[in-house]
Amino acid sequence: MQAMNGTRLATAVRPDSPAAGHDAAGGTEQEAASTAVRRAPWPLTGTAAVVCTTLLLPVTFLVWQATGVGWPLISRLLMRHVTLTLLVNTVELTVVVTTCAALIATSAAWCIERTNLPGRRLWRVLMLLPLAIPDFVVGYTWSSLSPAIHGLPGAALVMTLGLFPLIYLPVSAALRRADSTLYEVARGLGDNRIVAFVRVVLPQIKTALLGGCLLVTLALLAEFGAFEILRFQTFTTEIFTEFTLGFNAPAASALSLLLVLLSLLALTGEHIVGRRGAGRAAPAATAGARVLRVHRYRLGRATLPVTAGFAALAGLSVGVPVSTVIYWRLQAPDTTLPPIPLAGAAWNTLAYAGSAAVLATVAAFPVALLFVRHGGRLGTLFERIGYLSQGLPGLVLALALVFFAVHAAYPLYQTPELLVVTYAIMFFPLALVSLRASLVQAPPRLEETARSLGCRPLAALARVTLPLVAPGIAASAALVFLAAVVELTATLVLIPTGAHTLATAFWAYQQNASYASASRYAVVIVVIAAVPGCMLQRWFDAGPSRHPAKEQS
Amino acid sequence: MVRVVRIAGLAAGVLLAGSLAACGATASAGSSGSAQTITLYNGQHEETTQALVAAFEKQTGISVTIRSDAEAVVTGQILQEGSRSPADVIYTENSPPLEKLSEQHLLAPASASTLGTVPARFNSPAADWIGVSARTTVLVYNTKALSPAQLPKSALDLSSPAWRGKFGFAPTETDLQPVITSITRAHGQAAALAWLKGLKANAGSNVYPDNETVMSKINSGQVQIALINNYYWYRLRLQLGAAAMHSAVAHLAAGDSGYVLDVSGAGILASSKHKTAAQKFLAFLVSAQGQAIIAHSDSYEYPLRPGVAAAALLTPLSQLSPAPDTIADLGDGALPLTLLQQAQLG
Repeated sequence: MQAMNGTRLATAVRPDSPAAGHDAAGGTEQEAASTAVRRAPWPLTGTAAVVCTTLLLPVTFLVWQATGVGWPLISRLLMRHVTLTLLVNTVELTVVVTTCAALIATSAAWCIERTNLPGRRLWRVLMLLPLAIPDFVVGYTWSSLSPAIHGLPGAALVMTLGLFPLIYLPVSAALRRADSTLYEVARGLGDNRIVAFVRVVLPQIKTALLGGCLLVTLALLAEFGAFEILRFQTFTTEIFTEFTLGFNAPAASALSLLLVLLSLLALTGEHIVGRRGAGRAAPAATAGARVLRVHRYRLGRATLPVTAGFAALAGLSVGVPVSTVIYWRLQAPDTTLPPIPLAGAAWNTLAYAGSAAVLATVAAFPVALLFVRHGGRLGTLFERIGYLSQGLPGLVLALALVFFAVHAAYPLYQTPELLVVTYAIMFFPLALVSLRASLVQAPPRLEETARSLGCRPLAALARVTLPLVAPGIAASAALVFLAAVVELTATLVLIPTGAHTLATAFWAYQQNASYASASRYAVVIVVIAAVPGCMLQRWFDAGPSRHPAKEQS
Repeated sequence: MVRVVRIAGLAAGVLLAGSLAACGATASAGSSGSAQTITLYNGQHEETTQALVAAFEKQTGISVTIRSDAEAVVTGQILQEGSRSPADVIYTENSPPLEKLSEQHLLAPASASTLGTVPARFNSPAADWIGVSARTTVLVYNTKALSPAQLPKSALDLSSPAWRGKFGFAPTETDLQPVITSITRAHGQAAALAWLKGLKANAGSNVYPDNETVMSKINSGQVQIALINNYYWYRLRLQLGAAAMHSAVAHLAAGDSGYVLDVSGAGILASSKHKTAAQKFLAFLVSAQGQAIIAHSDSYEYPLRPGVAAAALLTPLSQLSPAPDTIADLGDGALPLTLLQQAQLG
């Protein structure tokens, strides 16, 4: 499905496209060729290998556990008519949602980063918030708004609104680092806006866009909560039935391998599309500070409709679910369940999700660096392995880690440390996509120059490349943080006994249909979720505003 | 460079915060470990569990840490943990998860005196878990749409085309499993499968993820009739107030195969290192005090200890006439799952 979606993009990035040949980065092709040949330093390969081995633990366990199930049960479960229906459901939904989310996210990122759209600071924060609204709240809100919202259209609507930030954030980070002069040149040479965008900007953001689409696809494969409420059956809902009614984790594992297979298909598709025209589309960033020169286009008469579009998008993706939470908040408390201390739950959420954001980003950096700078079979393999975990439902992944921890690292079982590692494994792909997209834009030439001037390799990396990929690092940490803040299923399984996060506290009350009491935790989740958005905002503002060229139009 | 330093500082801060939180959590776990502490994996409604635990801690001085999740998840977790489970006690809503753990020899025998507190038919056939409370399946119906005279006498009637568009259910709720098992026992697998297919056709788009939703749809009139556990109606009444109830509870004909009494119970893990304290907790659950907490809680379940009356709103346990299924008959839930999958409901 990823491949189908990507085909459109691939034709847009045809190698013969004149835009791809633009020589702004200076000998891009030759440079890419020379770096690919350069052997990766062994500490980098070694670190990436350790990270990827850890990431492979859950899938390894699933294979091992599935072998104990026996073929009769697996074939009975798989060789049913319903399996085909579920697969078709899954694929249809993935194609629709990924396409819609890509269009929405790219347009939003373009308008925010490249036009004089009013209220950009606000929109930047609002574009990230949907990630922070628990899928249960979203599903519940929409299904209670209208019983008509269910099945494929309902699921497509809800998931598009919930997942587009996964594409928006990497794409907007890429646009930040992309040179806007190329687009001006193309326009000056007579291309209309659409053609200029497709020829020039799309290649610049291709890695980010494809990566974001991959994240959306994988997230859809693993999603369960919202679909259950929206009465839309996918293969994952089937896995949950096997687990919740049959207490049969091995059978659920075996079925999950089909999800791994679907993930592999998506990964292969994205890889094939991503490789077309590789090296041509790459470093959009030119040397030094000129990178940050941003040309903002006047929206002119389009200002009103575009603003209205943003308002509608924010209203549907954030306003609707948040108003449900506020409505609950106004109801009288209706439970005898003793209150779970809000401050403690909030602190746990911040600490776990914050640590996971740092850990995932730090762990993903060598994998992304190896892949982007050195490529090769090993680099590519490691990078692809990095994505596998996201296509697995949280419960399946958590139970696999239960088994590992109990048998191999018992002192870690149900400690905050293991929970943080689990989050980092689950959300590693979010970090990888963001880092990969920004590393592609950082020309290795600069680092090489620094080294030729006597800088040590690590110092060159820290002083030259890290500042260039800073938006990617920030985006990576923000995405992982947001995803970890709302994570529930794995958290319930692996959190220290007796401890609570905001998500588990919300769940405890929601289970008892005590929405009034549950809502206070949801409110804090949304407030916390606004933090990374605001931080990115300040961060982004701190950069280009030093350059007077920013607001030219 | 300044920004890199700032980011690094932020990262270090977050890492530090994380590790501090980690230390904090570990320290608190360690300090409570010095006193007698047991760990409870809880799949029951948390409100009642919390009330029971608070009273138990006060009476015995033994502290209980609670880990709550859906009963299937706590069961699945114990199955993965095997002999190294940190859990001392598991408490579930229905008997099938306990039977599943019992089959895997993961439960320890309950003490004879505790087992003797409740009638034997409510306990584990292998004597390794005890029945704590019970619930029964009832019809709930919208009182504006239906009169008592229109209600079916047997659950089997619900699959007739007469109920098309009027019936709603939550097929993946664990509460439905015992009903499917009971109907299979009474009428055979083919009949049970046909029944499920009929329900699916009648429900149409009124298929919900949980019985709370089914109950609220009945009350709002979007669904007219459903077959669910009795307590959902009483809990909704508690939430909305009697005046807002546009629905009622009705029992099926005595002995009907869809009229099932389902036991919620608790067992001690074979791997528990605190079996004495765990036995005390089990004994407390079925003590007069523990059973009174259940009777007066907002869970609206039947206490099983003879002499402890259920909430006054409920039909007394002694007046119920459910199908004659035993705990062993209801099994570990494997059969109903197969049927649900064949009916393409699972």
